Amino acid sequence: MKKIKIQKRVKDHILEGSRAIALTINNINPDVISAYPITPQTHIVEDLAKFKAEGTANYEYVRAESEFAAASIILGACATGSRVYSATSSQGLLLMIEVLYNISGMRLPIVMTCANRAVSAPINIWNDHSDAMAVRDSGWLQFFSEDHQEAVYQHILAFKIAEKMQLPALVNVDGFILTHSYEPVSIPSKSLISKYLPAYKPESGTYLDPKNPITLGGFFSSDAYFKTREDIFQDFNLSLEEIKKEYLKLKKVFNFKDNGNGLVEYSGAKKPKTILITMGSLAGTIKETLKDYRDIGLLKITTFRPFPAEEILKATKSCKNIAVIEKAISPGSGGPLYNEVKAAIFENEKINIKNYIVGLGGKDISQKIIQKIIKDSNNKNKKITFVG
Amino acid sequence: MISNKNKKKFLSPGHNACSGCGQLSAVQAVMRGLTADTIIANATGCLEVTTTAYPETSWGLPWIHSLFENASSVASGIRASLDKQKNKTTKVLVQAGDGGTYDIGLGLISGMWERGENILYICYDTESYSNTGIQASGSTPYGAATTTTPSGEQSIGSTQVKKDMLAIALAHGLKYVAQTAAGFPDDITNKVKKALAISGPTYIQILSPCIPGWKINYDEAVLMGKLAVKTGLYPILEYVDGRLNASSISSNFKPEPVNTYLKGQGRFKHLTETDIQYIQNLAVENIKKYKL
Repeated sequence: MKKIKIQKRVKDHILEGSRAIALTINNINPDVISAYPITPQTHIVEDLAKFKAEGTANYEYVRAESEFAAASIILGACATGSRVYSATSSQGLLLMIEVLYNISGMRLPIVMTCANRAVSAPINIWNDHSDAMAVRDSGWLQFFSEDHQEAVYQHILAFKIAEKMQLPALVNVDGFILTHSYEPVSIPSKSLISKYLPAYKPESGTYLDPKNPITLGGFFSSDAYFKTREDIFQDFNLSLEEIKKEYLKLKKVFNFKDNGNGLVEYSGAKKPKTILITMGSLAGTIKETLKDYRDIGLLKITTFRPFPAEEILKATKSCKNIAVIEKAISPGSGGPLYNEVKAAIFENEKINIKNYIVGLGGKDISQKIIQKIIKDSNNKNKKITFVG
Repeated sequence: MISNKNKKKFLSPGHNACSGCGQLSAVQAVMRGLTADTIIANATGCLEVTTTAYPETSWGLPWIHSLFENASSVASGIRASLDKQKNKTTKVLVQAGDGGTYDIGLGLISGMWERGENILYICYDTESYSNTGIQASGSTPYGAATTTTPSGEQSIGSTQVKKDMLAIALAHGLKYVAQTAAGFPDDITNKVKKALAISGPTYIQILSPCIPGWKINYDEAVLMGKLAVKTGLYPILEYVDGRLNASSISSNFKPEPVNTYLKGQGRFKHLTETDIQYIQNLAVENIKKYKL
């Protein structure tokens, strides 16, 4: 592997998505990484192992025998005062679920990448958002990246918010579409990142330390458990403002501009008749498609947890139709994102909101499909449609 | 997180385990083998539930519980964090029951041992899932009645023999593997000290008679621990560098008949003479195998 000269602003490296994430993680300076290979995040953890082997990394790298162990290992390391990281995908994320709930309940600020991928059966390795939706209620912050550069910044943001709010964070990047594709990207240097994200120093008496012994993960009766869950809920709400605040700072420190506020990003028509809502790399395809339209807008959800309900209500106030286009389905209900958007705009009863399920198991989402959806979006017929 | 004001005691009195609990007496003996420079990762089970009812804790050492099956991996993470901090002195101890060790946690334990990490793993073997109401585990002995292997017209209770965890530990190349029992507190303390003096993964398994699980009287845990050893059913053993340490074996071992051990326990009360003879043969095999 060639050593890459890192520059601040110019996107002069053409990197694989996984490589861009791995380089960023190394520059974030974690103390402990543990991982298990699972397609399509494998390149990330291979790169991180390589950096360690080459002597360009300072973290401890623990090879786990399963995702369940990897999640438990970073749990233990984080509880001992370390900044930690792992990456996973699909079945691996699902195998981790019990630990994910545990990490959140213990308020450990762990950050993981999820290279989003369909869940078996039928077995299928390609991209959709079934995995992320399966851990929706596990108490992890969830970010979704549109492209390599956004993934880089979201990882830095994720550590900042996680450590500030004492909540774990999952950065979702579309498997293969982002992890295995090459794009121009700039990787912020270690010193620049440390200006935004200082070294992790938890307070004494909050982590495992023989000099100040504490008990973590004890048995809680109903009253204490109830209060803990409520506290987590409240802190997720508080993190909405923190994300907006920190995203502004992020743009300043790393010197970039976009229309987003860390929670959502609007692009397209100033007075849209229809707003398309989506998450992840599909936003790129939609942006390309919308170049031919004057009255359509795109609202990209960059933070899925906490859910930016107010931002969505505000952004969709005067449009007639909403089309929620997503790569996941809750059998017996509808698209998870659709249901949440519907709840967010409940006050605005005039809007015609529809749900389009696309791309499950990596099924290609072409501009033609987006055009078809736009055409259908002002019909008030069927609410939930599979388009493929 | 909770902090114990009585930091001088590693395990303070006031926990709510059963009176005469074999496991808690074994834990006290383990604690006497530790120094304050120790971090404990504990699996879900009686030990966790009875010592950490929020907002109180019995633990005077840094202590964490995450899940049932992952105490070994959590310990690996603790070790990695200490390594990153260049901390070579702090000892890491795992405490789990037989359910978390023999069954649901086995794969993760294998991973920890394979990585060769400097962690002492202690299994308090109650021979069943005590905390959830005495269900059979991979450690439940032949003939024992549990709530998932009840005895009856068509059943003698558990038809499996105990899984050989010591052999599994030895197969991973552990430098120190030992077995002992509640009722031998000094032996437990000594074994803990020995294990901690060795660098790398080590394993100690302690038979911990369970009052409600074994259906014994509250003052019989020590007696049952002793009888299990004296019958040859649960011998005190010690492997150093993979070799059975002869010094750990009593030189004048005169085995007691297994009936003296079985008859005092409600979980075996349904056994016939033939069943007892079968278990006697298991003890004889042990005596031969370990040259007791």
